Amino acid sequence: MDHLKAINQKARRIQAHVGASVAANGGAAHAPASPAASDPDALDVVGLESRQGPHIPLGCSLVFAPGWEVDSTGGTAGLCQPVERDLFDCHLACFWPAHVPDQLNHAPDWTGKCAAAQKDWRKIDLIFP
Amino acid sequence: MSTTVAHEPTFLAQREFHPFEAGGETFLYLVPSAAVFHLDEPSLAVLQALDAGAASEDALVTALAPRLGETAVRRSLAELMRVQAIGLTTAPKETFPRVLPQADFPLTTMVLNVTNKCNLACTYCYEYGEDKIVDTTCDPAPNYMSEETAQQSVDFMFEQSGDLPVAHLTFFGGETLLNFKVLQKTVAYARERARELGKDVDFSLTTNGTLLRDKVIDWLAENRIGVTVSIDGPKEMQDKFRVFKNGMGSYDYAMPKIKRLLERHNTRPIGARVTLTRQTLSVKRIFHHLRNEIGFWEVGFAPVTTADQRGYAIEDAGFDHMLDQFNELAQEFLDFAVEDRHHGFSNVKDTIEEIHKGVSKAFPCGAGLGLMGVATDGDVALCHRFAGSDDHSIGSVQTGLDRKRQFEFLGHHHVANKTDCSTCWARPLCAGGCYHEAHVRYGDTGVANLHYCDWIRSWTNTCLEVYGEIAVRNPGYLEQFEA
Ligand code: SF4
Ligand code: SF4
Repeated sequence: MDHLKAINQKARRIQAHVGASVAANGGAAHAPASPAASDPDALDVVGLESRQGPHIPLGCSLVFAPGWEVDSTGGTAGLCQPVERDLFDCHLACFWPAHVPDQLNHAPDWTGKCAAAQKDWRKIDLIFP
Repeated sequence: MSTTVAHEPTFLAQREFHPFEAGGETFLYLVPSAAVFHLDEPSLAVLQALDAGAASEDALVTALAPRLGETAVRRSLAELMRVQAIGLTTAPKETFPRVLPQADFPLTTMVLNVTNKCNLACTYCYEYGEDKIVDTTCDPAPNYMSEETAQQSVDFMFEQSGDLPVAHLTFFGGETLLNFKVLQKTVAYARERARELGKDVDFSLTTNGTLLRDKVIDWLAENRIGVTVSIDGPKEMQDKFRVFKNGMGSYDYAMPKIKRLLERHNTRPIGARVTLTRQTLSVKRIFHHLRNEIGFWEVGFAPVTTADQRGYAIEDAGFDHMLDQFNELAQEFLDFAVEDRHHGFSNVKDTIEEIHKGVSKAFPCGAGLGLMGVATDGDVALCHRFAGSDDHSIGSVQTGLDRKRQFEFLGHHHVANKTDCSTCWARPLCAGGCYHEAHVRYGDTGVANLHYCDWIRSWTNTCLEVYGEIAVRNPGYLEQFEA
């Protein structure tokens, strides 16, 4: 750590612990749960894991089904994007661009029946290659 | 209707800590981990930016990057997050786990009440005074512990000490030296048992000093017995409460004996323990008298334990005054520590040791855990102050420890149960305070000693400042605490 200096024995233990888990995660930070708050040199998906409990990636969903995403607490308040926004923005604003079809080439009409995502998301259909 | 919803960033907020300044630097005391970190300029700026409330990381970077650089701000954020000085507002509040010690938690210290008789009649004493919880006049328990009970206690102690290589046996009273014969026999017996078991045993006792005959002093020195003398200071203070039954003050009688003890007993450092009352609040004067004029190695102070309305209870203004003097003495301690010199104000030294180790307590003290008190009849109590009280008994040396009662007690007294303490930054060190004090004040061992909070927090802050300044000016001094 560059900005905090451990003074007492407990702080040194914490530092050693944090240092060890940073190393184990290939440089990813131990606690950070928002991408930007993690070490700028060590942005890594593992760095987004919640500190305790099962591995739940933050902000995006692994399964494409809006509203299924949960944050590290199991709720939706801490997502890096509001759930509805994922639908259209994940592939633009997020570093995890895998959940929506390619609307430029492959499926330009994918959202054609969906005027308002919050209301109409059920009208979006699965895309098959 | 628009198809996108406004971007909602995540917010960062401060977690629990107590910042303090020392030696021109800023430090954080983190709660509940009790870690102490030094902050540099960017990390301090980041933390201060969150004083006003939660903020998004982008907002923090936008505000601070021009002055400190983006990398420094982001790195500071990451580091503060890792040590949990800050966290996401959405993260669940960390609860202090109510973890109880393991069932066979070993006993480190046993306090034997070898007698509940005293040759003095200190008016504030919890054994005899208005606040006694054990009826020493018509209690069926004997006034003196018998040799047999003392030996059973020694066996009990070794049995309960598990794998620990050293057991600590402390004699307490009443006036311990009134039962000198049993002391001698018990020490000899404990040494023999220790040898058989391949363990060490360490002895200490508290005395008022009036019975320190030469023969006694020699025995104490030969046996390397740690001695603490209960004394209240210079003559006029000592004689106010520490009186014989006929009302005569004890200073003139005890002091020559104490001086002889200090001359002849060189195998262990000897400490003084001062009970502070409203009338004896000249802390500095008492300290210098006992440390420099009389020659005690260490002097420790404790405010008298009492219900509010007693004449000797210390009132709020008295506490402020006392705190001022404690602070002045702490400053002296600091000056000594910076030069690697021994000062002798044990209150500050003990706290600094705990701060350096990063002690974070689930229980305020070892009572009922690593420490137990034994009454004259062999009943085992939470600690010496409860010895003989049936309500606080957790077994007896004859029949063994009542583990169920012990764990009920521990479960009930865990700091996690003390709602008032759950937001207090001083709880890693205080954890609610003395059970006996709580019992006398509130009639319940399980409540936090809220009448002391301001004092505790203020004093803890002073100790943190002294600690921080030592860390800046003479960090080597702290190595002595890294056992
Ligand atoms: S008793 Fe008071 S000072 Fe001690 S931990 Fe509880 S709230 Fe804090
Ligand atoms: S309960 Fe009070 S007197 Fe007993 S060991 Fe704990 S702090 Fe000391």
